[in-house]
Amino acid sequence: MRRIGIYILLLIGLIGFGYPFVWMISASLKPELEIGSLALWSANFSLKNYELVINRIPVFRALLNSTIVSVSVTISVIFFGSMVGFALAKMRFVGKEILFVVILFTMMIPFQITMIPQYILMVWLGLTDTYLGLIAPYAMTALSIVLFRQFFMSIPQALIDAARVDGCSDLRILFKIVWPLSRPVIITVGILTFMTVWNDVLWPIIIIRERSMMTMPQLVALFVTGGEAEGQLGAMLASATLLALPVIIGYSFFQRYFIDSMATTGLKG
Amino acid sequence: MKSVSALISRIRGSEKNGYLFMLPYIIFFCLFIAYPLIFSFVLIFHRWNIVTPMEWIALRNFFRMFQDPLFARAIINTLVFLVLHIPLQIVIALIFAVLLNSAIKFRGLFRSVYFFPVVVSGVVVTILWAQLYNYESGLFNHILTTIGLPAVPWLVDPGFAMPSIAIMATWKNVGLYIVLFLVGLQTIPAYLYEAARIDGASGKDQFLNITLPMLNPTIVVIFILSTIGGFSLFIEPYIMTGGGPMNSTLSAMLYIYNQAFSFNHMGYAAALGFVFALIILSVVMLQRKVLETGDYST
Repeated sequence: MRRIGIYILLLIGLIGFGYPFVWMISASLKPELEIGSLALWSANFSLKNYELVINRIPVFRALLNSTIVSVSVTISVIFFGSMVGFALAKMRFVGKEILFVVILFTMMIPFQITMIPQYILMVWLGLTDTYLGLIAPYAMTALSIVLFRQFFMSIPQALIDAARVDGCSDLRILFKIVWPLSRPVIITVGILTFMTVWNDVLWPIIIIRERSMMTMPQLVALFVTGGEAEGQLGAMLASATLLALPVIIGYSFFQRYFIDSMATTGLKG
Repeated sequence: MKSVSALISRIRGSEKNGYLFMLPYIIFFCLFIAYPLIFSFVLIFHRWNIVTPMEWIALRNFFRMFQDPLFARAIINTLVFLVLHIPLQIVIALIFAVLLNSAIKFRGLFRSVYFFPVVVSGVVVTILWAQLYNYESGLFNHILTTIGLPAVPWLVDPGFAMPSIAIMATWKNVGLYIVLFLVGLQTIPAYLYEAARIDGASGKDQFLNITLPMLNPTIVVIFILSTIGGFSLFIEPYIMTGGGPMNSTLSAMLYIYNQAFSFNHMGYAAALGFVFALIILSVVMLQRKVLETGDYST
């Protein structure tokens, strides 16, 4: 009896968290008049809503923009994060401890403080409406540095010293010896960064005004709040589905990594 | 003098590549962290609309803030959000984590579905829930009226709008805390429960005296992340309500955004950001002091 009760509660949870997404996809395929109904199936399924979205807003351009920005930031965060983390974990130099404390301190600075000066900096550097403006402020993160440092501390110093004796340069040691050992932390940092940047919408809204440069979440948000969707629920849900689709696909393949990455760091995007 | 020369020789003995590896971050830090911090501190004492030169107005941004009904409104709204959001998250996450921790099949499937809203963009979740909450055609009111209950004005009534957003945010985030609680539950040593059973403790006693205290670190994390999240709430009211009805969902971040980018009040917006940041930091520090027991024996 007890076990059945547990399964019933778990099933209610399953429906509660999963059903809305299934409903969203189904409703995005329905004609406007049927959207209010609970039923998932309709005899009148069509791609009309998607056609409307694609004709009204540059969806593919926005997907391309989002991909360029997210991939660039992820590569940069892994590259520079591991470099700084390596220096902090495995090199001896004066000022190391102070630098690490400063990096930890920067994690506590709320975006509410830096948002406006960062925007003004972008205006002065002429980076509004550019990819660089979307990428540069996120090119390095304190969290990635801390995670890389933590992981690199566990790599035996003897391994690095041996490579040095063999005449290996520090950069080669990092990329040829340390990186291949660091797959778990690279995956964690990669997933967290990619997801955060892909889903971020406030920074793009602040610095991108030109439609052709907008990221996908920004364009969809604008489509729904601005007049372009003309209050058509089906079209709004279709645009939301298009935005969610890459994450749904990525998540269905790598859900383990997603969950583990976020559980180990205890952070959400 | 001696210490200075010792320092110099230690710098000489340092690995030069260490500095070289740090260099990109140091440049990044100066440009995107140190400079904005300093500039923000200058900005809060000025009136500025970006176009005309800055005008020094000393503390007047702050005087204005304390007479600004919308500033108070944003704080009250955030409190309303947190008062609902935090307990809901803890209770729901705890229930599902305990259920998932019992000997069941398909644990991985349940866990990954519960977690899914966490990874999806807030824009998607907000658009989806705006439909569910719709007064006339939304799914929730459809269900309520079908079973004979009155329709709820989820987003159109000032008393309901912020709680509605808090429920949605709970739905989106709770999966993360289910997983964190689950990790916490699995680290509780089994002998604690065995000892309690021998001493005749009931299931309820075990939960209150072993499980809850051992999960204290996760509960602290929920409090802190939710507080930061509450003050950073932006896209949800931006899409759903635009801050309305009657400013009942105007969040701290939305108010800063409006002041800065709708009205070009850069100085005032920076001052708002500064004060909100101070509030966040002090609330988080207070929570840590009050909640972090560090003593699991009681």
